[in-house]
Amino acid sequence: MINNYLILPVIAHLFTAVLLLFFWRRTVAQRIISIAGSFIVLLAAIGLFTRVWNNGILVMQAANWEAPFGITFVADVFSSSMVLLTSFAGLAVSLFSAAGVARARMQYGYFPILHFLLMGLNGAFLTGDIFNLYVWFEVIIISSFVLLTLGGRKAQLEGAVKYMALNILASTFFLTGIGMLYGITGTLNMADLAMKVPLVGHRILVDVTAIFFILGFGIKSAVFPLYFWLPSSYHTPPSAVAAIFGGLLTKVGIYALFRVFTLIFIPDDFIRTLLIILAVLTILTGSFGAIIKRNIRRMFSYLIVCHIGFMIGGLGLFSEVALMGALFYLFHDMIIKTNLFLIAGLIRQQRGTMNMEKLGGLYAEYPRLSLLIAIVLFSLIGIPPLSGFWPKIYLFEAGFMTGQYILIAAIIIGSLVTLYVVSRMWADVFWKRAPLDDTSPEDRFKRMGIGKKTLLVTPIAFLAFISLYIGLGAENITAVVQRIASEMMDTTPYIRAVLGKS
Amino acid sequence: MEILLVILMGLLYAAGIYMLFRRSMVKLLLGIMLLGNGANILIFLLGRITKGQPPVIDEAAKVFTDIYADPIPQALILTAIVIGFGIQSFAIVLLKRVYVLINSDDLDDLNTPEDEDI
Amino acid sequence: MKSTILKTATSYLLPILLLFSVFILLRGHYHPGGGFVGGLIASIAFVLHGFTYGTENTLKLMRYHPAVLIPAGLALATLSMFAPVLLGLPVMTGLWIDEPIPVIGMVGSALFFDLGVYLVVIGVVLTILFTITQYNE
Repeated sequence: MINNYLILPVIAHLFTAVLLLFFWRRTVAQRIISIAGSFIVLLAAIGLFTRVWNNGILVMQAANWEAPFGITFVADVFSSSMVLLTSFAGLAVSLFSAAGVARARMQYGYFPILHFLLMGLNGAFLTGDIFNLYVWFEVIIISSFVLLTLGGRKAQLEGAVKYMALNILASTFFLTGIGMLYGITGTLNMADLAMKVPLVGHRILVDVTAIFFILGFGIKSAVFPLYFWLPSSYHTPPSAVAAIFGGLLTKVGIYALFRVFTLIFIPDDFIRTLLIILAVLTILTGSFGAIIKRNIRRMFSYLIVCHIGFMIGGLGLFSEVALMGALFYLFHDMIIKTNLFLIAGLIRQQRGTMNMEKLGGLYAEYPRLSLLIAIVLFSLIGIPPLSGFWPKIYLFEAGFMTGQYILIAAIIIGSLVTLYVVSRMWADVFWKRAPLDDTSPEDRFKRMGIGKKTLLVTPIAFLAFISLYIGLGAENITAVVQRIASEMMDTTPYIRAVLGKS
Repeated sequence: MEILLVILMGLLYAAGIYMLFRRSMVKLLLGIMLLGNGANILIFLLGRITKGQPPVIDEAAKVFTDIYADPIPQALILTAIVIGFGIQSFAIVLLKRVYVLINSDDLDDLNTPEDEDI
Repeated sequence: MKSTILKTATSYLLPILLLFSVFILLRGHYHPGGGFVGGLIASIAFVLHGFTYGTENTLKLMRYHPAVLIPAGLALATLSMFAPVLLGLPVMTGLWIDEPIPVIGMVGSALFFDLGVYLVVIGVVLTILFTITQYNE
C-alpha cells in the first residue's frame, strides 16, 4: 500500500526551507514564503489527521524496501495529532517571527533553519524506525543550535554552550542505546523491535538498554537530574525561538519516551517506580525554581520543567487512564507553552524588558490584550473548564487507583505553585502600577503599524483559541486521547500495519 | 579482535566522560568527540564483526553464497560519523566565538548575572 | 605558505583530486564511494589550494562563494528524492533508465541524489573552513 500522503508534512517543510535558501537576504519574500509554507503544512497535517482518524494507521515504506529492512514511516493517531499540534504552533511562530524577529537575524537564515527544525520535528513524529528517529533528533538539535546562537549576544552564546554540551551528550546516550538494542535484537524497526524485545531472555540487559533511552530522552525533555540546561538557555534567544523550543523541543523528547516505553520496552515495576520518582522530583524542583525567578522567561522555563513531570508521572503509572491524562496534558502543554513564550515576546516589545520588578501597568494600557493573555494564563493554571483542568482529573483518578499518593501530592503542589507564580506575575505585570523610572525604553509596540501589530497579536489569539477549544471541547480531545491510549496498551494493530502480518 | 575493540571502546567512553567533567571548553569539545567515537565502536562491536564480502549480491544469484558483512552497523556508523562531523564543526565555531567574546576557556566564566537579563 | 614544492604540487593535485572526486562519486553505487566521500575529496582539493595560495585566491578561483552550492545541492537531492512520488511510488524509490550510458554507467535517481549530496558537502565543508580561517585573518 502506498501512502505518500503521510510524508507530506515533512516534504512541505523541506521544500519551504530549500526555497527560502534561494531567497537568502530577501527578508520580505522570506516572511511570505515561511507563512505560506507553514499554512500548507497545517492543511496537510489536518488532512493527515482526518485520514488516520477515519482509516486507521497509515504506513509508508521509504524507497519501497519492505519493513523491517527499509525505513518505515508510520502515522497512527498519536503521531498524526502531534504533527497537527506542531503545525499549529509552527504557523503561529512563523506569523510571530515575521514581526517579532530582528531583520539582521533573518538575513542570516533564520527562516530556513526554522523550517528545517519543524521538518525534523514532523519527521521524528512520523518515523517508525529507531535509528531514523535518532537522525531526526540530530536534525532538530543542529537546527536548534543555529537558532539559539543566531544574533550572537553574550548571554545567548553562554546558554548555547550548555545547551549544546548536554544535548550532544543525550544524543550519544541515545546512540549507545540504539547500538545495544541492535546488538540484542538485530533489528531497528520499531514494530519489529516490539515483537523481538519481549522474547530476549536476558532481562537485565534489556533494562540497562532502557535506562540508556531514559537518559537520552530524559536530558532532551528536561527530567529531574538532567534539566539544568533548560532554564539556563531558554531565556536567551528571541521569543519566537524560545516559543518553538519551549513548546515543542522538550515535547519531542516526551513523545519519544512514550513511543519507546509503550511499544518497545513495556515498563516493568522497576522502570515504573523509576519514572514516578523522576516525575515527583521533576515537579518539585521545577515548581521551586519557578517561585524564585523574577524574570518572566526564566519563570516560564522552570514551569516547563515542572509540567514535564506531570507527563512522566502519567507514563510511570502506566494504565489507560493515566496515559490519557498524560497525553491530554501533553496536547494542552504544547500549545500553551508556545503561547506563553510568544506572550513574553509581546511584553518585551511593549516594555523592552521581561523583569517583573520593572514591569507594570499593562492592564491599564492594553485592557483587551490583557484579557486575551488572561485566558491563556487561566488555561495554564487549569481553572475549570479550561484546558489545564481536565488532564489532572485523569491523572488523579489513575493515581488513586494505583495508590501512588506521593505523585498525587506532587501534582497538587505543582498545580498550586503554578497558580501562585502565575497570579503573582499577573499582579506584577498587569495590575501593579508601572514603576516610575525614566530610563525605561519607549513602547515599540505602540509605534508599529497595524500590519505588524496584527502579526504579533494574531498568533497569540490563534493559540489561545486552540487552548480554549481543548478546554471547552474536552470531550473531543478525550475521544482522541482515549483512542491513543488504547492503541498504546494494545500495540498489535501498529505492528500488523507496519509488518503486514500479525 | 573483539577484546581489543572492547578495551578501546571502554577507553574512549572513560576518556570522553573524564574530559566532559573538566572545566575547559576545549576539553569539553574533545570529550564530546571521544564519546561519539566510543559509541560508533560500540555499534560496530554489537553488530557482530564478521570477516566477509561486501553484501552486494550478484545479479544472477538469488542468495548469498559467501560469508558477508552485516551492512547495517556500517551504515549506522557512517550516518553517525556524518552527523558528528556537522555537530563538531558547529561546536568548534561556537566555542571559538565564545572564547573571543569572554576571553576565557573556563566554563565557570559563562555566567552572566541574572540582573543583566532583558 | 611559501613553499615551492607545495605550490607546484598543488597546481597538479587540484585537477587530479577534483577528477578523482568525480570518479569516487560515480562508482559509489555498488562500490565504496559516493557523494559524501567525493564531496570531501573535492573540498580537500580546494582547502589545499587555500593553504598554498591563501583563502582569498581560492575564493577568486571558485568565482562563486561555496555557500551557493548548498541550496543548489539540496534542491537537486530533494527533487530526486521526491521524483518517484510523481509516478505513484514511495518517496526515495530508485528510478533507473533501462540502458546503461557509456563511461557513466547506469543512471538513476540515486545518482542525482548523490550529486546533490556531493554539492552540499563541498558547500558546507568549504563554508565552515573558510569562515574559520577568515575569522583568524
